[in-house]
Amino acid sequence: MTKVTMTVNGKSVSAETEGRTLLSAFLREGLGLTGTHIGCDTSQCGACVVHVDGKAVKSCSVFAQDVAGASVKTIEGMANADGSLGVIQQAFQDHHGLQCGFCTPGMVMSAAALLAENSKPSEADVRHYLEGNICRCTGYHNIVKAVMAASGQDVSALAAE
Amino acid sequence: MHNFDFVKPASVADAVAALSTEGAQALGGGQTLIATMKQRLADPAVLVSLTGIADLQGVCMGDGGLHVGGATPHAVVAREAGKYYPALAHLAGGIGDPAVRNKGTIGGSLANNDPAACYPSAALASGATIVTNRRKIAADDYFQGMFSTALDEGEIITSVVFPIPEKASYVKFNQPASRFALTGVFVAKYAGGVRVAATGASNNGVFRWKAAEQALSANFAASAIAGLTVDDADMISDLHGTPAYRANLVKVLAGRAVSAAT
Repeated sequence: MTKVTMTVNGKSVSAETEGRTLLSAFLREGLGLTGTHIGCDTSQCGACVVHVDGKAVKSCSVFAQDVAGASVKTIEGMANADGSLGVIQQAFQDHHGLQCGFCTPGMVMSAAALLAENSKPSEADVRHYLEGNICRCTGYHNIVKAVMAASGQDVSALAAE
Repeated sequence: MHNFDFVKPASVADAVAALSTEGAQALGGGQTLIATMKQRLADPAVLVSLTGIADLQGVCMGDGGLHVGGATPHAVVAREAGKYYPALAHLAGGIGDPAVRNKGTIGGSLANNDPAACYPSAALASGATIVTNRRKIAADDYFQGMFSTALDEGEIITSVVFPIPEKASYVKFNQPASRFALTGVFVAKYAGGVRVAATGASNNGVFRWKAAEQALSANFAASAIAGLTVDDADMISDLHGTPAYRANLVKVLAGRAVSAAT
């Protein structure tokens, strides 16, 4: 076992790992941060997306020891300091961007990565960027709407179906 | 997956030393290898991560063209190669999805040589040089069939050098579930002639369509290949496409790539 230390949501954390311990397992089992979901475990679905040093990655396809020392942000780090929902989370609630909610953590993390690169994405930009995030409820229209709204754009003209 | 020892050296020399241990294997971004290990199709005793080696990172112009470090992620190539080689940047920006592009590396893609991966077509069509810790390998000698390359045990791709073409384009017919190329064609026009490489088509992996190269070297227009056909004898057959379908796609996509080349 090897002790791995990294910064998660602004706090320095450590846990014992094997070589094969995935970042997703380090977060969920090592730290109890179960907001990061495991959907497919084959890097297809995007439910496990977190940020490593500001970049979106699929935590099921990264070894914990490979990101020792990195700064990681998970869905648990997306709320405001007072515990209220962050802008993207609030937009998902306001625009019904989740149904069962399983894909939501990955959707929110990918959306945050998109908005960090492109603060006013078009609808096509959002759909393209979320290519690697699959919603099994197929609720994509409202997810896209929520991301557009989170970027401060008027979404009243976007189809709601 | 089975357990292994993980090491992350900071220099090529240390990586080479680590790879000389029994059962050691190199790890790039892991976007293929980790999934393969979960299926227990790969079972290394020691995994040597190459992404902590600063010398293997980045994109810059140098002798012979654009130098891309072996451990450079696709997202960096997509973002930084555009001003030197737009078709290459476009290809890198179409691999997988944003999260995969932040991890997956050019060296990993070329070392794995998946028959439907995008990068092998760019390397072959550009006549790129694959530079390793031991030697320089011409792309024409490097690709040796599906999942097979000229790399020896423990040999590391340190960089890939792409001569800059006058015009080039990559057109990929997406396989939307895997986000690999169902079939993809890279066309590159150099002063010495045109090169055309197809991926996602042949059972032998990436290949050059030489009849099209001849026709396009004489006349760089989609109409120049309209009368050609691609032999479907050794094309990939799966639930997504028959050999005849893929052979036809090679021609259609080559024509589109010629028309789109800039």
